[in-house]
Amino acid sequence: MEYFIQQLVNGITLGSIYGLIAIGYTMVYGIIGMINFAHGDIFMIGAFVALISFIIFGLTGVALPIILLLVLLIAMLFTACYGWTVEKLAYKPLRGSFRLAPLISALGMSIVLQNYVQVSQGARVKPMQPLFSGGLEFFKDSEFIVTVSYLQIFIVVLTIILMGIFTYLITKTDLGRAQRACEQDRTMTALLGINVDRTISITFIIGSSLASVAGMMFVLYYGVIDFYIGFLAGIKAFTAAVLGGIGSLPGAMLGGLLIGLIETFWAGYVSLEYKDVAAFSVLIVVLIFFPTGFLGKPDIEKV
Amino acid sequence: MEKKDIIQSFKDSLFTGLIALALFGPIVGLKTVSKGEGLFITPQWGVVFLLVGLCILGRFLININSARRTEFKIFSTLSSKFSSITEDKAKHFAITGILFAVAFPFLPFTDRYFMDVAIMILTYIMLGWGLNIVVGLAGLLDLGYVAFYAVGAYSYALIATTFGWSFWICLPLAGLFAAFFGILLGFPVLRLRGDYLAIVTLGFGEIIRIILINWYEVTNGPDGITGIPRPSFFGLPFKRSPDEGETSFHLFFNLEYSTMHRIIFLYYLILVLALITNYFTLKIRKLPVGRAWEALREDEIACKSLGVNPTNTKLTAFAIGAMFGGFAGSFFATRQAFISPESFTFIESAIIVAIVVLGGMGSQTGVVLASIFLIGITEMFRDLEQYRMIAFGGAMVLIMVFKPKGILANRKPTILMHEDKK
Repeated sequence: MEYFIQQLVNGITLGSIYGLIAIGYTMVYGIIGMINFAHGDIFMIGAFVALISFIIFGLTGVALPIILLLVLLIAMLFTACYGWTVEKLAYKPLRGSFRLAPLISALGMSIVLQNYVQVSQGARVKPMQPLFSGGLEFFKDSEFIVTVSYLQIFIVVLTIILMGIFTYLITKTDLGRAQRACEQDRTMTALLGINVDRTISITFIIGSSLASVAGMMFVLYYGVIDFYIGFLAGIKAFTAAVLGGIGSLPGAMLGGLLIGLIETFWAGYVSLEYKDVAAFSVLIVVLIFFPTGFLGKPDIEKV
Repeated sequence: MEKKDIIQSFKDSLFTGLIALALFGPIVGLKTVSKGEGLFITPQWGVVFLLVGLCILGRFLININSARRTEFKIFSTLSSKFSSITEDKAKHFAITGILFAVAFPFLPFTDRYFMDVAIMILTYIMLGWGLNIVVGLAGLLDLGYVAFYAVGAYSYALIATTFGWSFWICLPLAGLFAAFFGILLGFPVLRLRGDYLAIVTLGFGEIIRIILINWYEVTNGPDGITGIPRPSFFGLPFKRSPDEGETSFHLFFNLEYSTMHRIIFLYYLILVLALITNYFTLKIRKLPVGRAWEALREDEIACKSLGVNPTNTKLTAFAIGAMFGGFAGSFFATRQAFISPESFTFIESAIIVAIVVLGGMGSQTGVVLASIFLIGITEMFRDLEQYRMIAFGGAMVLIMVFKPKGILANRKPTILMHEDKK
C-alpha cells in the first residue's frame, strides 16, 4: 500500500510534466490540424535554457525562490522565440498544402533542432547539482516510508498555477476567444477581423512557453539532460494528448496524468526495461477503442 | 526602390537580428562544459555575432531584392521542365540507368570505396521503393518502416545462425516474417487518419527497437548478433581456402582470389533485389489492387462509397511494403555479417521517408535521384559529421517549403478517364 502511494506521487509528478508538453501539441493540432513534431525538441531547448540559466544564477548566490522565478521567465521567453521562429520558417509557408507536407517539414525541423543543440552544446549528458533537498515523509512506522519531496510539491503546484492562468487566458480573454474561433473556422474568423496569423503565432508562443516550463521541471527532477530527451518525451506527450482527445485542453492534462501514472506503475510493478513500450502500447490500444480520446469531439468528415 | 522601403527593410532586418540573438544567444553563446564535478559555462560570443550578422545580412538581402519572386519562379519552372523531360524520356532514362548500374563494377575508376557506397545507395533505393508502395501509392505515412527492416534483418540472422540454412531459403522467410509484422501492426492501426498513423508507426518502430535491446535471450541485446553467414554464389562460398570437400568461387572459375568478388556479388544481389521491387511496383500499379491504392490516396470517402474496403486495401500495401523492407533487411544482415539494434534507430526511418518524399511521392525515378543525392551528399561530407544531420533536416524543410510535391512530383493517377484538356 505504501509502495502504491509512493508510485502514485511519482506518477502525478511525471504526469504534470507530460501534461504541460501535451498542451502544446493539442493547441497546435486544434488550430491548424497538424502534429507539431518539433514540439518535443522545443521542450528540450527549454530544458537547456533552464539548465544554462540555473548555472549562471547559481554563481550569483541569490535566494532559491528568486532564482526559480527568474529561470522560469527566462526559459519561457527564449523558448517562445524558438516556437515562434519554427512556425514562421517551417509551417506558415505550408498552410493549405497537402496534409503530409507540414508533418514532414516538422520532422525535418525536429532533426535540425536536435543536431543544432548537439553541435552547439555537445553530445554528452549534462548533469546538474540538485537545488532542492528534503521532503515530507509519511507512514514513518511502516517498512516503506513514503517520501514526497519538496521538488515534487513544487512541480505539481506550479503546474496547477500555470493551468489556472492558462484556463483563464483561453476562456475569458479576447485572445482566447480569437483562438477558439480560429479552431472552429479560420476563414470566417479572418472575415470578422481577427488576425489569424497573429493568433496562430501566439498559440505557438504559449505552447512553447509551457513546454519550456516542463523542460525546467525535467532538469530539476531528473538532474541530467541531453539533446535527445525531446524525442521520447515528445512522443509520450503526444500520446497523452491523443489519450485525452486531441484538441481538448483539459483532455491534454488528463492524458498527461494518465500517461505519467501508467509509466510509473508499469516501471514499478511490471518491468523497468519496457516502461517506454507501455506508453506506446497504450497509444495503440487507445486509438483502437477510443479514436477520439477520452474527452475529444467526434471527428466528422464533410464531403 | 524608394528610400522608405530601404529603411523599412533595414528595420525588419534588425528585428530579425534581435530574434536571432535570442535564438543563438543562450544555446550557442553559452556552451556548458563538464569540468571535474559540475558544469561550467564557456562563452562563445564570436560565433553568436557571426550567426546573427549572417541572419541580418541574409534578411536584408532578401528584403531589398524585390526580384526574388522571379528567381523562385525560374527555379520552379526549371525543375518542372526537368520533371517533364524525365517523364517523357522515362524509358530511356531507366534503360541508361540500369545499363550504367550493371556496368558500374567494371568501370576503370571503380574501387572498393565506390562499391561500398554504391551498395549502400542501392540498399536505400530498395528501401525507398518498398516504402514508396506504402507512402507514394497508398498515401499512408509510415514513420516506422525501419521496424520491418529490423525484423527482416533479425529473422534472417536468427534463422541463418540457428539452422544454417542458405541465403536463398532465409531471404523469403525473412520477407514473410516482415510482412506478417506489417499485418500485425496494420490490422489495428490502419483505420486511423494519416497523421495518427504516422505517430503510431513511429511508436511501433521504437517498440521493436526496445524489444531488440531488452530481449537478451533471443536477440543478444545491445551486443547484437555476430557471425551471420555470408551469401554464397549458388553454393560456392567466397573463401580463400574452402573447407574440406568444398569448392570456392575463385577455384571453380579459376580466378585469382580477391575480396572484390564477394563485394561485386553483393552489389549485383542488391541490384537485382531492387529491380525486382521496382518491377513488382510497376506491375502492381496496373492491377486492381494498385488502382485501389492510388484511389484511396486521392479520396478515401469516394472509395468507400464505391465499395473498396479501405482497411484491407491499405493492409495489402502495408504488408507488401513491409515484405520488401524485410528483404532489404536480410541483405543488410548478410552484407554486414553483424547486426545490432543501433542500426535500426528512428533516424533510419526518417532518412527513408525523406528519400521517398524528396523524390516526389509515387515517383520511382525520384527515389533513385533522392537516394543518390542524400546518401552521396552524406558521404561527401563525412568529415563534417556533426553538421551533416543539420543540413539533412534543413533540406527536408526547404524542399517542403519550396517544392512540397518533391523533386519529381508524380501524383498523376496511372489511368485517367478523360485526358486533361489544355
